[in-house]
Parts: sequence; structure tokens; C-alpha cells
Amino acid sequence: MNAPERSRSLFRFAAPHNFYPLAGRLAPWFAAAALVLTLAGLWLGLFVAPTDATQGEVYRVIFIHVPAAWMSMFVYLMMAFWSGVGLVMNTRLSFIMSQALAPTGAMFCFVALWTGALWGKPTWGAYWVWDARLTSQLLLLFLYFGFIALTRAIEDPRRADRAGAIIALVGAVNVPIIYFSVQWWNTLHQGASVSVTKAPSMATTMLVGMLVMAIAAWMYTIAVVLWRARSMILERERHTEWVGAVLEREMQAKGGRA
Amino acid sequence: MQWESWSAFWNMGGAAYFVWGSYGLTFALMALELVLVLRRRKDTVTRLLRWRRAVGKDSARGSAKEGGTPVPAMESET
Amino acid sequence: MLSTFLAVLRRDLLLAWRGRADVLVTLAFFVIVVCLFPFGVGAEPNQLRAIAPGVLWVAALLACLLSLHRLFAQDYSDGTLEQLLLSSEPAALWVTAKVLAFWLSTGLPVVAVAPGLALLLDLEQGALPVLVLSLALGTPILGLLGAVGAALTLGLRGGGMLLALLVLPLFVPVLIFGAGAVEAEMSGTGAAAHLLLLGGGLAGALALAPWACAAALRISTD
Repeated sequence: MNAPERSRSLFRFAAPHNFYPLAGRLAPWFAAAALVLTLAGLWLGLFVAPTDATQGEVYRVIFIHVPAAWMSMFVYLMMAFWSGVGLVMNTRLSFIMSQALAPTGAMFCFVALWTGALWGKPTWGAYWVWDARLTSQLLLLFLYFGFIALTRAIEDPRRADRAGAIIALVGAVNVPIIYFSVQWWNTLHQGASVSVTKAPSMATTMLVGMLVMAIAAWMYTIAVVLWRARSMILERERHTEWVGAVLEREMQAKGGRA
Repeated sequence: MQWESWSAFWNMGGAAYFVWGSYGLTFALMALELVLVLRRRKDTVTRLLRWRRAVGKDSARGSAKEGGTPVPAMESET
Repeated sequence: MLSTFLAVLRRDLLLAWRGRADVLVTLAFFVIVVCLFPFGVGAEPNQLRAIAPGVLWVAALLACLLSLHRLFAQDYSDGTLEQLLLSSEPAALWVTAKVLAFWLSTGLPVVAVAPGLALLLDLEQGALPVLVLSLALGTPILGLLGAVGAALTLGLRGGGMLLALLVLPLFVPVLIFGAGAVEAEMSGTGAAAHLLLLGGGLAGALALAPWACAAALRISTD
């Protein structure tokens, strides 16, 4: 809560003590939206969408595989974005956001790999093929692990924030290069025997179901990240008066017991 | 509606293992993450309350610098 | 500016020369890793020839990775790094000098030994120049990228493993184009495209990595 931060009214919510209650109010709504959209998406995907002509029922994995893969990439981009904002504007909240995003992004990345493997077995006959997309996804997971491990390994929060931001940005610059190189490597080694890149022609209900699930994943991510950021803010701002007040209220809510 | 019966639905045209394996793990992980995140908040509040009592309210407030006094317990995972 | 660059370069090379045992250990590691493969996969010449580019490249990459922690560790512990950061010279400049010295003392010996090891794996002799060229273009990229990781993990507990986790995913494109160049030469398609991409990567890394590394050093010594 230093002076320059308070003075810029545009960045009011960049101040943790303003952001904390806002996040607390918003998160349940995003969670509720995630729940409703997930149920709607599952209904569309599992009951309404027709059987795929070539793949049969297995294709229904797409309703989580594709949203998870999208999310894992978007979340990394958001992480890099907040890291950049943090380094340029020197706002603590940006670093908190980027670190709060990382575990969820890694989770979606793993989900995308897992569902990809389970989808691959019946379609290509193997749980894993060194396809360009799968391989890039795997490397993205390693990038997430590196970011999380680095920010956890550094005890001084100031250094952890900035070091994490640098590696997130370096990773973001490298993601397109990695994807390009892996694709290049893949075309040389695999030939055309496994064409995963060919998108199956999709019925409208399939597409709608997938989009609904993708939005649900967004809502879920926002809710979880806001909740995680709240804990991190309390931890970091523990010396301030407003956290003291928050803790007092929590204690009263629990009936005076801690 | 695509299915003739519930058993046909659960069978997924013979691909039950792959489809439910995907959905199952995904929702299990999401539920686990939610539980961890919500529990982390409770842990943080409990730990900070204990910490405030240990260092005394005035000194907790006094040293307003970031990372002034170390918190006794470790950072929770998640 | 050039004098700073040369001064740091000379100093680091001198230090590397005094600690040449470290360089020899790195080289020995490189040799031994390559020699392990025939024991693991069998000494069938055709098979060895097929995997030789990949084996040599992965071994060179690991040798580079394991020596990366030396890049800043000593300067960090004896305070030289802080002095350098306080000086008015642009940090990216002397960072580049340090990485260059590191490559000359660690990367270049690896590049020099590689053709000999390639013969052990029965790599055809026509592909040797491409192997050397790809390593000569690729290992500086490893050094530049690795320098960022080394700067970020400076003085951390378990920094070595963390460094590996941070930089290995970033090394993948270099590995692909480096080993790919040799394989392309062996299969007769020509290595020009791979080598050009490696050269482009080197130019890009040279332009960006020193800045990121300088920023990382500032953060780590703050």
C-alpha cells in the first residue's frame, strides 16, 4: 500500500487490499458459472452429440481434451502476460496472479496429455505417439514444472516473483520456437503415417458442446485462481492492518476459536 | 438423445475404459484442486492467526516491510 | 566498451585455464556418456551409426548442462558479480563476454572431441564436418540459454536439478536441429536448412539472452 499505488485510481484493484474482497465476491459466481456450464457441456457432449462416423464413441473425449489443451496454452500466455506487467509496472498483484495461475495451467496440461493418451490408444493404436502436438504439450508441462519449481525454491518473495516472471517470459518466447521445431522434427521422422493434424469434420452439436466446455474451463480457472490468489495475498500482506482486520473477522466467524 | 439405455451409455460403444478414464481423471483432478485451494485458505488463516498471537498484534502491524518477520510454519503446498 | 568486453573475456579465460581440471572433467563426462551407449543398446554397427548423431548431441548437451553452474557461481560467492553489476558498463555486454569465455573453455573442447567419438560410433566420415559445424553453432545457444537459467538459480539449494528442469525444455529445439543436421547429411537430403536455422537461433539467442540474463542476475543478487 505505498503511495504511488494508491494515487493511481485506474489501478485501484491492483492494490491487494482492494483486490482481496473483490476476488472473494467474484469467485463463487465464476465457480457457479463453471458448474452450470460443465453440466450443460456434459449434457451436450454425452447425450446430444451424435456418434462420430469414423471414430465411434471414443471421440467424446474431445469435450475435455480440446478445452484442456486450449486452457493449458491460454493459461501460460496469461502467466507470461502478468509476469510482463509485473516486471514493467512493479505491481505485486501481477506476480501473485501469475503464480496462482501456474498450478491450474499445469493441471490442464496434464489432463490434455492424459486424455490425449487415452484417446490415442483406440484411434492410433498407441497411448503415445511422438506427434508434434503431443510433444509440444509435454514440453509445455515441463515449462510449467520449471516455473513452479523455481518460484517455490526461492524463499525471498521479491526474488521469487521476479525470477519466475523472467522464466515465464523466456518460456513464452520459446513456446512458438519449440512448437515449430517439434513439427519440423515430426515431419522428418514420422512421414504421413500418423496424421493427427487432420481435424475431423464435426457436427454442430459437437462444436457447441466443445465450446461450452471450453468456457466452463475458463470459469473454473478464474474461480480457482482468484481463490488461490486470496490465500497468497493474505500470506504476503500479513504485516498490514487490513489483513489484521480480515483475520479478526475470520476469528469471530469461527466463534472466537482459531 | 443418443442412448437406448443407461447400460449402453456407460458402455460407450465399447470405449468405456478410454472415455470414462478421461472424464474420471479430469474431474477427480479438478475436485482435488478445489479441495486443496479451499483448504489452503483455511490453513493460511489459521496459521496467520497463530502467528499474530505469537509475535503480538502490535509488532505484527509495526514491521510493515515485506518479509520482515518470518512466519513460523512453512508455506502450504498448492 | 570493447575494452570491458575483452577484459572480462580475458579474465574468465584465465580463470578457466587455472581451473582446467574442471574442463577436463566435463570432457571426460562427455566421452564416458557416449561410450555407455554401445553397452546399453548393443554394438551392432548399423544401429550405432543410426543413433550416433542423437547420442553425440544429447551427450554434448548434458556436458554443457552440468558445467553451467560454474558460469556465475564463483563470481557470485566472491562478490565480483555485484561489482560488475554496480559498474556503469552495460550488463548485457560483460554477460556476453562471460558466456563466450564459458563456451571457449567448455563448448569448444566438446566440439573438438566430438569427431573422434563419432568414429567410435561408426558415423560415416562425410557427415563429420556437419557434426562439427552443428555443434559449433548449437553449443553457444545452449550456453546463452543456460546462462539465463544459471543466473536465475544462483545460490539456491538444489540449484543444479532446478537448472536442468528450467533449461532442458528450452534446449529441445537446438537438439532437434543439431542432431537433425547430421541425420539429414547422412540421409543425403543436405543439412543446409538445419544449419541455417541453427545459425538463426544463435543470432536470436545472442540478441535476447544476454539481456534476460543480465536482468536475472540483477534479480538474483538484489
